Amino acid sequence: MASRALIDYMIGILGPEGVISEREELRAYECDGLMNYRVIPELVVLPETAEQVQQIVRYCHDEGIPFVARGSGTGLSGGALPVEAGVLIVMSRMCKILEVDIPNQRVVVEPGVINLWVTREVGPEGYYYAPDPASQTVSSIGGNLAENSGGVHCLKYGFTTNHVMGAEVVLPDGTMVNIGGGKAPDPLGYELLGAFVGSEGTLGIATKITLRIMRVPEKVRTLLAAFKDTEEAGGAVSGIIGNGILPAAIEMMDALAIEAVETAVHPGYPEAGAVLIVELDGPAAEVDHQFEQVKQICEENNSSEIRIAEDDEERALFWKGRKAAFAAMGRISNDYIVQDGVVPRTELGKVLRRISELSQEYGLRVANVFHAGDGNLHPLVLFDNDKEGEAEKAEDLAGDIVLTCLEHGGSLTGEHGVGRDKMKYMPKMFTTDDLNTMQLLRCAFDPHQVSNPGKIFPTPRLCGERPGRYKMHPVQKAGLAENF
Amino acid sequence: MGTTRTRVPLEDLRGIVGEGHVREVAGEDAVEGVAPQYVVEPGTIEEIGEVMKLADREGLKVAPRGGGTKTFLGNPPTGLDLVLSVARLNEIIEHVPGDQVIRVQAGARLDDVQERLAGSNQMLALDPSEEGATIGGVVATNSYGPRRLRYATVRDLIIGITVVLPDGTVARAGSKVVKNVAGYDLSKLLTGSLGTLGIIADANFRLHPIPETSGTVVVELDGPEAAGEAVQNILHSQILASALELRWEGGSGTLALLIENVEPAVEAQVEAAASLLRPHKEPEVLGAAEGSELIGSIRHLLDGDDVKLKIGFMPAGIAEVIGAVTGAAERRGVAARMTGHAGNGLTFVGLSGADEEAHAGVVEELRAALVPRGGNVVVQRAPATLKRRVDAWGPVGDKLFLTRRIKEKFDPRGVLNPGRFVGGI
Ligand SMILES: Cc1cc2nc3c(=O)[nH]c(=O)nc-3n(C[C@H](O)[C@H](O)[C@H](O)COP(=O)(O)OP(=O)(O)OC[C@H]3O[C@@H](n4cnc5c(N)ncnc54)[C@H](O)[C@@H]3O)c2cc1C
Ligand SMILES: Cc1cc2nc3c(=O)[nH]c(=O)nc-3n(C[C@H](O)[C@H](O)[C@H](O)COP(=O)(O)OP(=O)(O)OC[C@H]3O[C@@H](n4cnc5c(N)ncnc54)[C@H](O)[C@@H]3O)c2cc1C
Repeated sequence: MASRALIDYMIGILGPEGVISEREELRAYECDGLMNYRVIPELVVLPETAEQVQQIVRYCHDEGIPFVARGSGTGLSGGALPVEAGVLIVMSRMCKILEVDIPNQRVVVEPGVINLWVTREVGPEGYYYAPDPASQTVSSIGGNLAENSGGVHCLKYGFTTNHVMGAEVVLPDGTMVNIGGGKAPDPLGYELLGAFVGSEGTLGIATKITLRIMRVPEKVRTLLAAFKDTEEAGGAVSGIIGNGILPAAIEMMDALAIEAVETAVHPGYPEAGAVLIVELDGPAAEVDHQFEQVKQICEENNSSEIRIAEDDEERALFWKGRKAAFAAMGRISNDYIVQDGVVPRTELGKVLRRISELSQEYGLRVANVFHAGDGNLHPLVLFDNDKEGEAEKAEDLAGDIVLTCLEHGGSLTGEHGVGRDKMKYMPKMFTTDDLNTMQLLRCAFDPHQVSNPGKIFPTPRLCGERPGRYKMHPVQKAGLAENF
Repeated sequence: MGTTRTRVPLEDLRGIVGEGHVREVAGEDAVEGVAPQYVVEPGTIEEIGEVMKLADREGLKVAPRGGGTKTFLGNPPTGLDLVLSVARLNEIIEHVPGDQVIRVQAGARLDDVQERLAGSNQMLALDPSEEGATIGGVVATNSYGPRRLRYATVRDLIIGITVVLPDGTVARAGSKVVKNVAGYDLSKLLTGSLGTLGIIADANFRLHPIPETSGTVVVELDGPEAAGEAVQNILHSQILASALELRWEGGSGTLALLIENVEPAVEAQVEAAASLLRPHKEPEVLGAAEGSELIGSIRHLLDGDDVKLKIGFMPAGIAEVIGAVTGAAERRGVAARMTGHAGNGLTFVGLSGADEEAHAGVVEELRAALVPRGGNVVVQRAPATLKRRVDAWGPVGDKLFLTRRIKEKFDPRGVLNPGRFVGGI
């Protein structure tokens, strides 16, 4: 139960409608999209302005109360999992699009703005916001920034980090800074923005974000190709890349994933061991030329059927199956774990074979849906929570898949983040020196580690500050001294 | 420098890197007029670590060096004992063409890397103008060239890094896969850090296919407004430009638009670009060889000028920048000409004639006009005396204290390139 002083202070800033302290209501915030970790926060606050965020954060910092930012709560690694005895700062009421600047190709938004709103806003001008996580109808730009979210089109256009140009940030001590640029290129000083994007809420809270928007491409062409198995589909992927073609997206699904989406949303995929969706976009002459090449490469790799989207409607149908893939698992299995790992593209075949061996060893089904172009796998481990011990087995299998990715020179997460869920694997990918060096940044931004503590790093590094509850020196409070 | 110098324990240094790899200094080793005591050339990451530990312990000031093509960037150093050259770490560690990634040691020359990659029809999509620039230097200075319009800059291409900290710690971040969000992205933090946070030992990058062919469309422009309009027309069109280069001299200019693609697309896009630009003046279309010659000549236009400035401003504000530069220079009797990566909002200014006070005045006037509106004006190359008169960087904004804190954490005793970076870091 939150202390009266804390509740009163927050109500003083936000009014009663901006503060949630009843246990039953707090429950709605006990987890993010990863539901096997749950913590009921002490208090939930819903600021509407950056100044309010600043006041909340400063209070928490001075009182030694940890806080966690939350966007839409769709994260899949427990990033927005509340901390015990901490305040959860929900950004969803800060949801205004502040500025649209077409001549400079920029949009300025508050962090609670939903990803897809940006494209809706600038679409009529012939523009769009490129990063397109499958959660784009619900996830927030602030959450996207904190997770450095990807999407199906990031093979060609990059991730959130390549599209965020500037941010106003409330640091963990309540100071407000502007990092990155905005409209002008090459801001001076260190690349703080590049370090902040993807920091999972541990370096402060973004309160205003400048995004780059892009011209809607002149032409888009999409095909769906069926193959006997993932091996042959993988051959086609290598062929496409090897020919110097950079598609907007190359997605693969295996037989089990196809079965699930057919049951759930009936996109009408062909019966096959694997399907590829390949999308090309850009200048019409380029797309037409390369599309013929892609078709040919698929044929050379024994594709049993190639379908070409004749219009936007058909294209949407191809994508419908892919975008619904995670949720569709619910139709063929009671429970499932969404894994996220990356391997070098040339190791895909070996890693998929290993995953299928693991699936047999554990006696659990694994469906594969992945961004084949950049080697980002999303194996879905299916299990039944009601069966004794299966949940644990599924956890272990999912863990072995991550370790397999690391053994093949990959990464333990391509887009869902480390959060709470994958902290334990960090020492398998990085040395103690690596992790300590990363945390120098944490020490510069958040020496008292009040912002989203207990995430990313399994072993927090001491920053040479006094441990425990932090009280500011009066001189510092008056703004007369900086704290190094 | 007039100050007494810290004694360098020469025998210890030789013990680490070997007798032959500690050199007495020659004239060209000086950085902005400040001469080091020795040049050290470690051969391994471990040796870099040992040299750094020694420097940290003895209070020596160290300047990392790659190809030495850009050691003039930034303010003159406030202290310098050792130049630490990474030239001997020049291996390509790993290149798997099918993965379109490469891992290279910092001392490898970008030219050599490109040559090696060309064999697989791939490239590292960075095109700074200096021959001899090294991978470490390119990362440390955030170097780019005209094609950043299409491929963006180091921060967007780098995917992993190994860095040696002043206390000798060797740390890696990122990985060799293109998509990875595990841990903080130190590769980006080190990009453009000008050797003030750590010694870059190697880096991983994503690669791109070499485009099949190219074409260039050139148009003459008779005033700043025409330049602004032409650039806007291209940016909002369906033209996929690799570069959009501006040259401005004596009140008029030239805009060169580079298109790289498969043959039929180059043909179609060149045609489309030409008709977009036709309202200004009849454009000229150049083939691949002539086009790259023209763009090469634009980028070297300012090489001989006394002072070179770099202005970053919103891309829609090109006419304003041209106007501001022209006005500030004319008022002081300074000759100014400009080039620019116009699609990115970058303008380079070459100043010559008149005196240093006039040059400093131009810089200050431009800062007063452009910085409050989000721009920046950097003195890239100038006599050291001018750099002592005006700061090379100009105001950094409200993030300066945070920038300082980061320096404090990575290099608490100020060993690396002291005084060169923003805010005297
Ligand atoms: C069905 C589904 C599909 C998905 N598909 C994809 C996908 O294709 N690609 C992908 O990358 N991800 C995907 N995700 C994961 C998730 O949607 C993303 O990570 C998303 O960016 C999270 O946004 P959010 O607003 O829900 O953030 P939250 O889950 O609320 O928070 C995520 C993290 O961001 C921090 N945070 C939130 N707001 C701020 C702020 N203003 N300042 C600082 N930190 C902040 C939080 O502290 C937390 O650490 C998917 C999730 C689901 C449920
Ligand atoms: C006339 C001129 C014009 C230029 N114009 C442009 C331009 O328009 N755009 C642009 O982007 N670039 C420009 N450059 C810069 C050019 O691209 C750089 O020369 C090159 O990228 C630096 O590489 P280098 O190996 O020579 O580095 P050096 O010159 O040796 O070093 C440059 C800086 O990087 C640091 N450094 C070097 N290696 C390391 C390392 N391994 N670890 C840590 N720090 C290191 C050094 O301490 C120094 O501060 C220009 C250079 C010149 C001479």
